[in-house]
Amino acid sequence: MKRTVVPLGPYHPLQEEPEFFMLTVEGETVVDIDVRVGYNHRGIEKLSERKTFDQSTFVIERICGICSTSHPFAYTRAVEDIIPMEVPERAKYIRTIIAEGERVHSHLLWLGLAGHFLGYNTVYMWAWKLREEILDVMEILSGNRNNYAMFKPGGVRRDIKAEDIPICLKKIDSIIPTCVMLKKAVLDDPVLHARTKGVGVLTKEASINYSALGPTSRASGVARDLRKDCPYGAYDQIDWDMIVTENGDVFDKAVVRILETFESIKILKTCLQNLPPGEIDADLTSIPPGEGIGHIEAPRGETFHYVRSDGTNRPARHKVRAPTFMNLPTYKATVIGESLSDATIILAAIDPCYCCTERMAVRNTKGKRLYSGEDLVRLSQEKTARLKKEMGVK
Amino acid sequence: MTREEVLKDIQTKFGEVIIEVFDKSPKRAYIEIKPTAIVPVAKYIFRDLGARFNIASGVDAGTHIEILYHLTIESINLLISLRVKLDRENPAIDSLATSFEAANWIEREMHELLGIEFKGHPDMRRLLLSDQWPEGVYPLRQDYEEWDETAIRDRGV
Repeated sequence: MKRTVVPLGPYHPLQEEPEFFMLTVEGETVVDIDVRVGYNHRGIEKLSERKTFDQSTFVIERICGICSTSHPFAYTRAVEDIIPMEVPERAKYIRTIIAEGERVHSHLLWLGLAGHFLGYNTVYMWAWKLREEILDVMEILSGNRNNYAMFKPGGVRRDIKAEDIPICLKKIDSIIPTCVMLKKAVLDDPVLHARTKGVGVLTKEASINYSALGPTSRASGVARDLRKDCPYGAYDQIDWDMIVTENGDVFDKAVVRILETFESIKILKTCLQNLPPGEIDADLTSIPPGEGIGHIEAPRGETFHYVRSDGTNRPARHKVRAPTFMNLPTYKATVIGESLSDATIILAAIDPCYCCTERMAVRNTKGKRLYSGEDLVRLSQEKTARLKKEMGVK
Repeated sequence: MTREEVLKDIQTKFGEVIIEVFDKSPKRAYIEIKPTAIVPVAKYIFRDLGARFNIASGVDAGTHIEILYHLTIESINLLISLRVKLDRENPAIDSLATSFEAANWIEREMHELLGIEFKGHPDMRRLLLSDQWPEGVYPLRQDYEEWDETAIRDRGV
């Protein structure tokens, strides 16, 4: 059969992280894939070597706009690991609150976009509306909807005021009923079942081989969550459940994220209600020579930072590894053999930044344009519509 | 196995290739090994001890190039960092990508940014740097110098 090469990417206006995928298709079936990243390689590791330990926190907060707290969290823990030391109890709780608020808004953002790709724009609107409430809470707590600038080596920069806590709790409570409704609407929908079950399966063996992270691994039955395995922050003092499912398909990845949102809301509320009194900063004055590792569970999986100090006030080496770096290669294991109309949602299921989908263009070997990015989202949405018709759902 | 048993197990199995063990804290252990032994040691920790491969980090230490392979054994909350030191003039080591897929991308990254050769890597195509980037220029080396006169990124701040 004639093979066609489908370039996906690299630029996309919706989110950060441009990536480039070269899909080889036979008819509608994907038979091979080549990935190229680095279109937005900003040299942050190199840049960080020129900043002081405190300044680096701000630079690396700008690595990602969605999970902007995960990088400073891992970095500050890496710097603290050089010594090694633990931060004050109240700082641990505040860090946990910020990290969980971020997880809730990140998962809701993902749910909305996944709904859009599947032609469920109502899900998209609802999820993003709920996300706004959480962003408001983050604004009350940190002064910003994103890029919270709360972290510093040794503690946090800003305390949470007692009078803000009831307002935040009220706002969080207000979204729970709608979240429950959204959960039911998504998980009980027969069309969504038909559209996502058995699609883009990442097996347990493949997940271990690729060392997949976060919801991508937990959906394949690999029970790995740093918040349970290597507790940090206040996670070991709070009662919450790790969500693990067995099938590894797109549906299970959605289930993990939706159920995790509820766990995160639970952690967020418990932390706000039980915020211990005390100092928020350990006042680190100097960092001794040595090396430290900090890793935390970001919404997409483990964020890993390695920092080496030579005794000066700047890191001698700073290595950053974001979760998508490990999750993206699993695309190779999940997309091959699937149809082109499922390629968008399989990629979306690992929750990368969606740069690829919108700027996709399908060309044949002579360079003639066959489909644009909108056409591929349309292909995906039409498949849902077709399924609805076949199943007699309106 | 407990944490102490795991560390002891590695030391008895690979005693002759281990140069130094630094037991830093309850959650961290650094083990320096001979570069020639990286594949059997890393494979043993990954497959037999059930570790997850976090990532590797390459460092240009001036006199030599260092690679740390980070592996986490979640059941005992221990992060093992395998350290190898390579000759700076001609850094080369066996590839782990054939043992487990997780090492594939990071070896490509270290090859581009630090100029380390990974012997037997299945796919050494360029991953991060732009197509215009010249061969043999490695941005994370300490003696890296700006090569692109039109670039403003490295004028120093």
